[in-house]
Amino acid sequence: MRLVRAIGQVALAVLNTVGAVSLFALRGLAALLTGPWFFGQLLRQLSAIGFFSLPVVGLTAVFTGAALALNIYVGGGRFNAEQIMPQIVALGITRELGPVLAALMLAGRVSATIAAEIGAMRATEQIDAMRTLSTDPFRYLVVPRLVAAVIALPLLTVVADTIGIAGGWLVATRFLDFNATVYVRNTVDFIEGWDVVSGLIKATAFGFIVALMGCYYGYTASGGARGVGRASTHAVVAAAMLIFASDYLMSFWFSRL
Amino acid sequence: MTRPPPKLEWRGVSKRFGAEPVLNRLNLTVPAGCSLVIIGGSGQGKSVMIKLALGLIRPDAGKLLLDGKALPGLGGRLQRRLYGKAGVLFQGAALFDSLSVWENVAFRLINADGVPRKTARRRALAALERVKLDPDIAERFPSELSGGMQKRVGLARAIAADPEILFFDEPTTGLDPITAAVINDLIVDQVKRLGCTTLSITHDLASARRIGDEIAMLHEGQIVWRGPAADLDRTDHPQVRAFVDMQSA
Repeated sequence: MRLVRAIGQVALAVLNTVGAVSLFALRGLAALLTGPWFFGQLLRQLSAIGFFSLPVVGLTAVFTGAALALNIYVGGGRFNAEQIMPQIVALGITRELGPVLAALMLAGRVSATIAAEIGAMRATEQIDAMRTLSTDPFRYLVVPRLVAAVIALPLLTVVADTIGIAGGWLVATRFLDFNATVYVRNTVDFIEGWDVVSGLIKATAFGFIVALMGCYYGYTASGGARGVGRASTHAVVAAAMLIFASDYLMSFWFSRL
Repeated sequence: MTRPPPKLEWRGVSKRFGAEPVLNRLNLTVPAGCSLVIIGGSGQGKSVMIKLALGLIRPDAGKLLLDGKALPGLGGRLQRRLYGKAGVLFQGAALFDSLSVWENVAFRLINADGVPRKTARRRALAALERVKLDPDIAERFPSELSGGMQKRVGLARAIAADPEILFFDEPTTGLDPITAAVINDLIVDQVKRLGCTTLSITHDLASARRIGDEIAMLHEGQIVWRGPAADLDRTDHPQVRAFVDMQSA
């Protein structure tokens, strides 16, 4: 009986959180459509979320592209298909690894920061102060971050795609005796517009998830400094899990198109 | 001739957190132009009173009225009207860490009133001057200021839009006696200049005597005594006496 009760409690808690996050997301969308909009805040967030994530996303992409090239070369060699490596690297990066890795880097860097910033503002009454200054904290703090992440992550994914493929090219031409021009031609000839576009659609959804989790856990943080720390951890974990789950669902859906 | 309604009124307001009742059918009025100070021990619900009046939390029962009209709380049109008329000095100043001092002071002007940044900056500098802060600090960030300076910036932010009602939540907590006296004097000066209604909560009796026309004591969720500031030391009300004697000891 105790076990059933415990399972029931967990199920209720999960449902409660799912409902609260969904309402939070809907409130964000409603606020986005109705204004007022804080464009200065949006630019600030675009810079913080997008521009300052470029180094970490770029480095992750170059190493992943390089490692992927080596592994595909080794695996392909088992049935004499090493030459297909440029195409597989490009496909893997654009459809899957580019958006997912960029999103995971952003989840680690941005979700945690957003949750900590907004959570600290909650703990120090800054959010209450903002409301008494006739400014809706939801529109001022949450909406610009959601929009900035939705814009920034596809752009970061384009960068990750380019640098990731370049990482594969670098390894292939330096260490695996591939011809540089042929590698590029094979990649360009093979890749279809949909490979890139499907990755960018995923990135848009991931951007929303990353910012949503940071904002939700920060906005609802309680319990002082400890609560802020907990909010950051929950934001990163929840964002990462939702990125993987939604990646599978979107991949499944795209494969049926 | 009908008497004008009080500026602010708590009518039968109750609030509990979990099983713990904090306010118990509280009735209180603040007439226009009055400086009322609420005193009381920790955990008696003083901050809750202000949060209810500001619509930051909802009452479980009862009503809050502004100029005789009920405040719906949490973002209603009337609530926003109160925000447009009110200035608040929070206990920890609650300055925005990511904004400079002048942007903090001009926050409402820029983001809610649509005042151009240049004009807002000029008005922010004037507000800083009124709380005796050097305009040189305008570009600094709150973390670069002392606690007393942060309180002054908080006061400048509260008065920048010339409010009709000012709320002070423990304005001198955490300050040394000299800095606290400076803050008290600034509050009195600015309230006089604006001619506004104020509600302050504090457990600092020196502060209460300095800034209040009237003082009321909150005990176990109700106002148990109210009178002119000068009567605080003359009353024989047991809770007030205990509170005053404890602070004097």
